[in-house]
Amino acid sequence: MKKINLYITLKQGVLDPQGKAVQESLHTLGYTAVKQARVGKYMELIVEDDANVEQQIEEMCTKLLANPVIEDYTYIVEEGIVQ
Amino acid sequence: MKFAVVVFPGSNCDRDMYYAVKDALGEEADFVWYQDANLANYDAILLPGGFSYGDYLRSGAIASTSHIMDQIKTEASNGTPILGVCNGFQVLLEAQLLPGAMLRNERLKFMCHQEGLIVQNNQTLFTSEYAALETITLPIAHGEGNYFCDDTTYQQLQSNNQIVFTYENNPNGSIGDIAGIVNKDGNVLGMMPHPERASDAILGSDDGIKLFQSIVNNWRETYVAGA
Amino acid sequence: MLQALDISPETIEQEKVYREMGLTDSEYTYITKVLGRKPNFTETGIFSVMWSEHCSYKTSKPLLKKFPTKAPHVLQGPGEGAGVIDIGDGQAVVFKIESHNHPSAVEPYQGAATGVGGIIRDVFSMGARPIALLNSLRFGNLTSSRVKYLFEGIVDGIAGYGNCVGVPTVGGEIQFDACYDGNPLVNAMCVGLIDQKDIKKGIAEGVGNTVIYAGAPTGRDGIHGATFASEDLSEDTDSKRPSVQVGDPFMEKLLIEACLEVIHSEALVGMQDMGAAGLTSSASEMASKAGTGLELNLDLVPQRELDMTPYELMLSESQERMLLVVKKGQEQEIIQVFEKYGLQAVAVGRVTEDKAFRLLHNGQVVADVPVDSLAEDAPVYHKPSNVPEYFDHFQNMDQYEPNVDNASEVLKALLQQPTIASKEWVYDQYDSMVQANTVVTPGSDAAVIRVRGTDKALAMTTDCNSRYMYLDPETGGKIAVAEAARNIVCSGGKPLALTDGLNFGNPDKPENFWQMEKSVDGMCAASRQLDTPVISGNVSLYNESSGKAIFPTPIVGMVGLIESLAHITPSFFQEAGDAIYVIGEASVEFGGSELQSMLEGEYFGKAPSIDLDVEARRQQQLLHAIQQGIIASAHDISEGGLAVALAESLFDKEFGCNVAVTNDLTVQLFSESQSRFLVSVKQQDRVTFEQMVEDVFYLGNVTIDGNYQITSEDKIVIKEPTQDLKGLWKGAIPCLLK
Repeated sequence: MKKINLYITLKQGVLDPQGKAVQESLHTLGYTAVKQARVGKYMELIVEDDANVEQQIEEMCTKLLANPVIEDYTYIVEEGIVQ
Repeated sequence: MKFAVVVFPGSNCDRDMYYAVKDALGEEADFVWYQDANLANYDAILLPGGFSYGDYLRSGAIASTSHIMDQIKTEASNGTPILGVCNGFQVLLEAQLLPGAMLRNERLKFMCHQEGLIVQNNQTLFTSEYAALETITLPIAHGEGNYFCDDTTYQQLQSNNQIVFTYENNPNGSIGDIAGIVNKDGNVLGMMPHPERASDAILGSDDGIKLFQSIVNNWRETYVAGA
Repeated sequence: MLQALDISPETIEQEKVYREMGLTDSEYTYITKVLGRKPNFTETGIFSVMWSEHCSYKTSKPLLKKFPTKAPHVLQGPGEGAGVIDIGDGQAVVFKIESHNHPSAVEPYQGAATGVGGIIRDVFSMGARPIALLNSLRFGNLTSSRVKYLFEGIVDGIAGYGNCVGVPTVGGEIQFDACYDGNPLVNAMCVGLIDQKDIKKGIAEGVGNTVIYAGAPTGRDGIHGATFASEDLSEDTDSKRPSVQVGDPFMEKLLIEACLEVIHSEALVGMQDMGAAGLTSSASEMASKAGTGLELNLDLVPQRELDMTPYELMLSESQERMLLVVKKGQEQEIIQVFEKYGLQAVAVGRVTEDKAFRLLHNGQVVADVPVDSLAEDAPVYHKPSNVPEYFDHFQNMDQYEPNVDNASEVLKALLQQPTIASKEWVYDQYDSMVQANTVVTPGSDAAVIRVRGTDKALAMTTDCNSRYMYLDPETGGKIAVAEAARNIVCSGGKPLALTDGLNFGNPDKPENFWQMEKSVDGMCAASRQLDTPVISGNVSLYNESSGKAIFPTPIVGMVGLIESLAHITPSFFQEAGDAIYVIGEASVEFGGSELQSMLEGEYFGKAPSIDLDVEARRQQQLLHAIQQGIIASAHDISEGGLAVALAESLFDKEFGCNVAVTNDLTVQLFSESQSRFLVSVKQQDRVTFEQMVEDVFYLGNVTIDGNYQITSEDKIVIKEPTQDLKGLWKGAIPCLLK
């Protein structure tokens, strides 16, 4: 099995009020070194071994998991997962 | 005239839509459960508000992949009037029947109250009963109503007169104060405010009735008066 | 953690394992007597939750018995999921309030959210469509970051759940006092509407009938929640987080629709929500009410996690689950409805004759106890009661009269007290309009929901001034009921009945128990006098942090019937030129007042007095005047007195007023004397009004100039632009949260 660690974030240029709120709140706590905070989603998918896995993930992301109008995605595949 | 009120798991304004059509207009309406749908026999399709599939993942995203959307797309291309309100609008965006996407409200909070709107385009089959630039009051109730699109799309919306409603005082950060847009062909309207909740003066406003009345009148003119 | 199955009955006894589950030595001994043997681990767990205060009311029962619960219009009193009241035309209103204090203190979002979910299930388990939610909340002062975190999280949780599930959150109230610093209160009330013929009860009738489990699968969440709710909140509550359940409002929405569909099937015998103590309480109570037994095969229970023990399965408080009893042979009919909504529904057991509660797991009997021993035979304690020293001390004090130099400044400061200030920041986050029946939205005396298809409407409110309760629980109890009824009357409704959310400290302390006793006595007296029987409710004890109890807070949730939509009356002034009246006189009564809190930083002295005869008469006369159509607006006078009530009545339309008061200015403006109303009437109706209602005093007129003006002996004592006052009132809470 493979484990897909999928990260979905708002595109650069799309207003991220949640990220802004996190950043401001970190600043209030004194962490002024934080220059940007962006909030996104993280998903874990466990998928069967398949040669086409990358292509499938691309499809899943564009069809459902991310909205290309506002979101970017990136993922890391871990091999040899025992479920 | 016969309306279909499409019910997804998690829709919660379906009954409000139904009663707005039945009680306020006296027209026919059916609830159509997303699984057993045959939309071909309806004159207009209403996608109600709510939290389809809990709005898990993104508002409207999961509903937009359900099979009934294929029929809705077919009806859209046939010219059937399709109205998506709130979550229904989000579904239409996710299904790419309308351009753009929804972000969380600028202040990150769900908000529910009456808002003033301006009818920017009264030349659509949803708004012909309103006066040009008429100011109306409709309730909003959403956490993700911050409409977003890129500059090119926004310019297209403007030049094609696709912006139908704008907010008087933008509550959620939407680009161009957008509250509702229509597709290029003019038969698919998505809007965040709830006309179905403004169907009786006792509820604070009945400004929503004209919207449903517009749909009915335009249908009559096309199919009944001409016949 | 108590997980192990292999702890033997002997070990449970010798090492007093039952104590960790919340059972006392004598309760354990009693169980061994009932069973005639030592209970095993699962059985001990089952007894511990069923005999917790939350499920058995073992401490509060002697007090609850005192409540008047019967009246011709009461179709169902306490004992079912929720109470039911006849509203005519074959329709009924179903309602109940329930606390979720302890879970909200440790995980505010989920605690509040699941509180909302639970009370909604209580209502639709009766077969009623939930039509409104209200919330009564108590917090510490909004100055500490912890309190702000709880406040924001709890509001967010209520919004998150209520908005998604599609039931409008239309009202409630919020008070802030230091006694709630470590122990916020979250009491959620749900109101439902039903055709009387559809009323369902949680009853397991018909030997051989099938028990069906429907909804979310069972996980390990919330195990021992009912026991948790019956303990002090100690310093280490954070480590109790695993006890808190997570809600899924989407699942709940589907459950509502499925359950409201199956009530129309004649195959359905009974239905109950799995709330506190989960499968254990729902199953055993359904059997106990029917005089039957139940056998459940736990292997069939849908499970979210692997290797769950019978103990865990029985005690889990996973949310969004229902238990149904269905006629044998007709299971499929019911199961299909749930499947349509994508919900699991599984036959897990059957109704038996032998009045035993028997559980099977892996082919073995893992528990076998008499049903009645769980639901009926729980011990009842008559706790010792003792008058607290503070009470006698307060009663012997002279009437406190504050010293007010500048009425204008005091009014402005009062309007910014969080308890008085606008709660718009809160209720704007709630969908108050879904279902398209909300006539009066949050922020008024009572919310009003129309009954679609009729000329009727329902008015609903929650109330409890816990400062008065603390100073004098008996008087405070009367006031809580009277104020709720006042709010209903102001909106044009006739008060029908009430549900109570009794929140108190540790009842083992005789002073706390005395507060409970007296509060209940006061509430009983008022509900008798005002003909509003108690039809449902909930008890939450051990509301303490660091050994200090909260103020006694028995919240009254009340519903009234507005006979015609034309009777719906706003709480704010309608037109410039209208005459302003106050009904009832003010006297030197500042004990427990907002002004006392503001000036002295504490509460002391006597609570305002109340004469229930006067209260009832004024309510009847005002309601009659409203029904005759001569009242333009009506608002009850509560925290902050007349001055605050006047301001609140002006804000909506930003009118002004020109009001003249006589005598002692401070008393006239800020006293919290009871049984008073601020009303406005058209000039042409003044004579009729004065004939119809006693004890009325003409104050002046609503003006168009937008200035709040009060004169005394021809001198202007307050003159402020209404807009400015409104700005302070609206901005106070957002400002505190920044």
